[in-house]
This record gives sequence, C-alpha cells and structure tokens, in this order.
Amino acid sequence: MTPNDRKYTKDHEWIMVEGNVAKIGITDHAQNELGDIVFVELPDIDAEFEAGESFAVVESVKAVSNIYTAVSGKVVEVNEALDGEPELLNSDAFGNFIAALEISSIKEDELMTAEEYEKYIAE
Amino acid sequence: MVLEMELKRTPLYETHVKLGGRMVDFGGWELPVQYTSVLEEHKAVRERAGLFDVSHMGEIYIEGKDAEACLNNLVTADIRTLKDLCCRYTTVCYENGTTVDDVLIYKYNTEKYLLVVNASNVDKDFAWFVAHKNGYDVEMRNESANFGQLALQGPRYMEVLQGLKIEGELPSKYYTFRPEVMVEGCKCIVSTTGYTGELGVEIYCKAEDTVKIHAAIMEAGKAVDMLPCGLGARDVLRFEAAMPLYGHELSDQITPREAGLDFTVKTATKESFIGREALIADPKRIRIGLKVVDKGVAREHCEVKFNGEVVGMTTSGSPAPALGAKVNCAMALVDAKVANESEFAIVVRGKDLKAERVELPFYKRK
Repeated sequence: MTPNDRKYTKDHEWIMVEGNVAKIGITDHAQNELGDIVFVELPDIDAEFEAGESFAVVESVKAVSNIYTAVSGKVVEVNEALDGEPELLNSDAFGNFIAALEISSIKEDELMTAEEYEKYIAE
Repeated sequence: MVLEMELKRTPLYETHVKLGGRMVDFGGWELPVQYTSVLEEHKAVRERAGLFDVSHMGEIYIEGKDAEACLNNLVTADIRTLKDLCCRYTTVCYENGTTVDDVLIYKYNTEKYLLVVNASNVDKDFAWFVAHKNGYDVEMRNESANFGQLALQGPRYMEVLQGLKIEGELPSKYYTFRPEVMVEGCKCIVSTTGYTGELGVEIYCKAEDTVKIHAAIMEAGKAVDMLPCGLGARDVLRFEAAMPLYGHELSDQITPREAGLDFTVKTATKESFIGREALIADPKRIRIGLKVVDKGVAREHCEVKFNGEVVGMTTSGSPAPALGAKVNCAMALVDAKVANESEFAIVVRGKDLKAERVELPFYKRK
C-alpha cells in the first residue's frame, strides 16, 4: 500500500514534510523496478539543491538512477544506515528516507497524493 | 522521423512473461533481464543451477571439402589441432587485428563446423565469412533462425539433466559436444560449454522444440532449487569469470591481444590468417582487472587513472557478489606500460575512486 502521510513525484520519489523539513525517499514501485540495490551515494550535509536537481544516486546491480528533489533547500540530515545497508531500500522503501532537506521552496502543485500516484503507476 | 524497431523474440517469449520475467530490449531482442532478482539468480548458478534462454545467439555452418582451411583463415586459433566433437573459443579479426566477433567453434569433422556467434553480430559475421571464402570449396549457411538454445549452468547441472528423458550419449569432458542427443524426444546438440564460469551444458534444439525442452528442464530443476535466470545474472556471472563481452572487452576497435586473449591468437604456429600481421607486435594497451577500494560502483566507460593521469577506460564494471557483499570490480583497457602497477583510480561521476589491480578472472570455480 502507498502511505497517505506523504506526497509523490513522477520520478517515483516520496516527500514527507514535517515543519520546514522534507524527508525524501524512493517508492516501493521504484525499488522494485531497480532490483537489488547495492549502493546509495548520499549528499553532503549542508549541500544546497534546487527543486528538480539530482541530490543522490541509487545503484542497483544493473542500473544507475539519479534521485531528484522536488523541494529547494539545504541538506540537514542523511540516512547513514543506507551507507552500510543500501538493501534497506529494497526491503522497506517507505520506511527509509535518503535525505532530509530544509525547505526554502516547494512546488506543491507538481506533487501527487498517494491515490494519484497509484493511478499514475498503474497507467 | 523515428523508426520503431520491431524487437525480435525467441520461442520462449511467452514463457518468460509467464515466469514473471522483466522484458528488456537487448540488442534488438526482447529478453528477460531478471525474473526475481539478479543477485538470487546469480547465487543459484554459483551454488546450484540456473537456466538461461540464449536462443538469440547465432548459428552458422561451414561445410565442404575445404572447410578446415577456410575456417582456419578466418579465425585466430589453429583449428588443425581441434579434435572431432570438441569445441573451441576463439576470435575472428579484421586485417588490422581488431575484432569482428568472438565465436565458439564446434568441429564435427574437417569438413563440417558450426560457429556460434553473438546475436548482434550474426549478419555482419555471415557477410564477412562469405566475403572471405577465397575460392575455397565450402558452403556457408546462417541457420540462426532455426535454432533454440538453452544454457543450463551451475555445479548441480548434472542432477537436473538426470531428471530429463535423454537418449544417446552426453558429452562428458569440458568443451566437447554430441550432435544428436535426444532430449525429451527432440534431437539436440549438447555441449559442455557456457558463459558463467561454472560447469554446465548448452543445448541447441529446433526452434519449435524450445518451449517443450525448457519446460522439462524447469520441472527437473525443482530437485536442486534451480532458477530461471535473466541477462542481468548472465552478465554478472561472465563478468566475474572475466569472459569478454563483444562491444565491451572486444570490438572493432579492440584486438584479442589487447583483451588478453593471447592463448587463442596463433601468430607463432599459423603461417597465415586474417589479421595475423597486425597481431604479431605486443599490444600498446592491455586488459586488466580492478577491484574498487572506495565505496561505489564503477561501470563501463569510466576513465582509469594512474598517478593522476588518465591511462585507459573501463570496459565493464559491476558488483562481483561471488567475491563478497559490496565488492565492486571493473575490467579496463589500459596503457601496457602501467599494466603491472597496483594502485589505480576510476573516475565515477567526477570523483576518483581508489582501485587496486587484481588478477583476472575475479572468480574461479573451485
């Protein structure tokens, strides 16, 4: 099931906003498409990104994928656990964020609800 | 204008879809990259057994009174030393020494050979062979469309074979074959060959028999928990075994000697063959194996540095799960002058990842 407590992008990221911080991860659909994930390149703390930029890279055995941020802002936290156990994204994609950004701006209208995202991936 | 290329399908297309295969475009063929997980399929082949559909591979026959002389002119190996019912891996080169293709030769006798060639090279190879008949009395036939091909690979492959209805003798020694084995009532060529670094067999059948034989092997494979395996696992397996992949370690820009395949380039014992003169001098660059020391995955087409200077490029790069979790390796073509050094760097997304040279193959069957 796609959790209702967050928003989704067309690039298969999820975004959970708490106060002025957005936690970003990849969806279960994304991890399933990628297959066995073997490496996550995390951004540096304090690195700044514009909405639409790639802020992390997820590598599976066969594929390399850029992970994009739908918010502009500064990285305030990364999920260090992924450094040693990138396969956590396979086993629990919705339970493992990749990085958290302090939001300077967010394009709400480009994000989907869980219901809209499910419809989107069913297409 | 965009031309939609129609993807070719093997006789097992429907079977792959039913088995949950994730179908991808592989050089114009619609084939499964994986069924469940590349890592699980890889593990099955290293520890038990796995079954691959390799029906896309090409089959070209060379027959006639002069078949041996004609073929010996086309390839870098000396096939005069090849015995009947034996297989040999070798290369076909251009005059300048770069590679037309790497092929597997099946010798029936001095007047009949089967060449198994890469799917993406079938038409190019066949045209090259025909253009270099040189007046020899031979007939060449491209029979690729008539064949299905399955690869059953892994240490327990024999137990799987024992669960099949087989009449006739199977090949026993490595790199040999039998041309008329009845498998489930269908006439097949069976060879003890493969592209995984494990023991196993490759089975060539009539295209229309492929589905039946595949189903029978899937059933017999249950005894050893065999898995159907996709191209993803196949690539990781051949990579660990350091087997060249055309378009990567070999190409029309790369000679077999640069790829480190000196064992099959017989410039010393063969007085003439296409490419011989160009292949006599030692190559200026050579294939090496690298193990990534820093965290990160190196892929193909990454620059390789020694002492801060670019000395070559990776040709393939991948996790090497047989060597351990999170072990990443790469093969690279580097300047021969630094090929014996030990510390290199591979440039991945602008960052230098430390890499140490290791002997090839990365993985060797025990």
